[in-house]
Amino acid sequence: MSDPRELYQQVILEHNKKPRNFGRLEPHTHHADGNNPLCGDQLELTLFVKDGIIEEVRFQGHGCAIDVASASLMTTTIKGRSVEEAGVLADQFRAMVRGELDPAKEPNVLGRLSLFQGVKDLPVRVKCAVLPWATLHSALHGEESASTE
Amino acid sequence: MIPLDVAKVRADFPLLTAPFKGRPMVYLDSAVSGQMPQPVVERMSHYQSFEHTNVHRGVSTLSQEATDRFEEAREKVRGLLNAPSVKQVVWTRGTTEALNLVAQSFGRMRVGAGDEILLSALEHHANIVPWQLLAEERGASIKVIPMTDDGELVMEGLDGLITERTRILGVAHVSNALGTINPVKEIVAVAHARGVPVVVDGAQAVPHLQVDVQDLDCDFYAFSGHKLSGPTGIGALYGKKEHLQAMPPWHGGGNMILSVTWEKTTFMPYPGKFEAGTPPIAAAIGLGAAIDYLKGLGFERIAAHEHDLLQYATAELERIPDLRILGRARNKAAVLSFALDGIHPHDVGTILDGEGVVVRAGHHCAQPVMQRLGVPATTRASFAYFNTREDVDALVAAVWKVKEIFG
Repeated sequence: MSDPRELYQQVILEHNKKPRNFGRLEPHTHHADGNNPLCGDQLELTLFVKDGIIEEVRFQGHGCAIDVASASLMTTTIKGRSVEEAGVLADQFRAMVRGELDPAKEPNVLGRLSLFQGVKDLPVRVKCAVLPWATLHSALHGEESASTE
Repeated sequence: MIPLDVAKVRADFPLLTAPFKGRPMVYLDSAVSGQMPQPVVERMSHYQSFEHTNVHRGVSTLSQEATDRFEEAREKVRGLLNAPSVKQVVWTRGTTEALNLVAQSFGRMRVGAGDEILLSALEHHANIVPWQLLAEERGASIKVIPMTDDGELVMEGLDGLITERTRILGVAHVSNALGTINPVKEIVAVAHARGVPVVVDGAQAVPHLQVDVQDLDCDFYAFSGHKLSGPTGIGALYGKKEHLQAMPPWHGGGNMILSVTWEKTTFMPYPGKFEAGTPPIAAAIGLGAAIDYLKGLGFERIAAHEHDLLQYATAELERIPDLRILGRARNKAAVLSFALDGIHPHDVGTILDGEGVVVRAGHHCAQPVMQRLGVPATTRASFAYFNTREDVDALVAAVWKVKEIFG
């Protein structure tokens, strides 16, 4: 079991302290709420998608550092990308935190998101890291809410 | 009073001496479940290896002996609670099952449309949800005795909360989230003066203090074996004679009947009436052994030891900037919830775990308490008779580490 402090690196702590793209988008084309009842993580995602490109995205809510940092990094990563690309990122992120994809060894587009690799050794916290991505998935598929239960 | 020989006690817990993340485990989560000392493990093991068969039904010596051991354990619970009669001890799977039994059997007799059930703001879900289910079923409503910011129940105005529609009052003896020891005897007196029976959740009390159900005069008292250094899957419910007599059976099956025909079935008197099916025999005997073990250590010694740890831990943690102790009742059991400004309990818990310190971070099955305090969750450390001041030092050092990481 790796040291949890490997997960709580500077970048993650930074994004937790000063989350990027924090707030609510008006107007927006897509919206979903995310909820992790086990630990009380709650977030609301709003997106503005035009011609298949995620032009703007915001999130707000409260939760643990893993969840907030994951949401913050997610929004910086998907802004300006296509919906398809966001989908691929979401799948690869999920696989990585579940220990099914090693970003160092297998082809991927995760980039800085690979910082969350340490979550795979903390199964209890996987849901926290995945919640923003699960919420993104719901938003892009027209479902109003996501839960990690 | 000769203090507890903690080193000797710790030798009974292999989990505490085996290396965990490079050092002995610092187990500060007894409030969620206690640790079972080796003598209790061995007693259960011996039962399974040499003594087991089903109870109450056999003509064999083996069955008679198993029954005797099982019933002796029931008597040990009677002694623990100072219940007037061993017949007033009903075996259950735990506190939650006991409270559901009361809600469904006793509650259904008493609560009708428009009636009220009065619960305290400090309750664990086990003493909330069964009543909500009953209220929903009967068209009754739940009212709440409020708490202060320090986690004490507001006693002035308690009488005012009771109306002629109040049919039951439910209260925890000790708050599992905040450690508050509630003035149950006083609450019972107020309730009884108005004709309201009181159901007490004793899960978090029994490990920490001596309970005397006659002195409390409560109508029901429930607790769990696994919080008392016993196994999971066993607990007990104490009830006043007149209630147990009047209550209809809850679960039907074998063991709780006198005779069964297609036309009519008659039931055992209490407690058997409420014990359908094969009971958790080994677990009950294990709980009996746990009670013996704790009596051997001395309940007063245990309480004094835990109190010292609570005071020491509170003082040390209070020195950490931006740390708030949640639950500052004047009368507390060794349960310590705290919050670090701007740092989520789950992050605290994860880092503590990395340091080999086992605590709990979450809502502790007391979401209404969390809502009242305006927090999503707390980090909770709880102390038992096998913990030491070194354990507290490890906890405090780990919390300082959290502060260091988060800046």
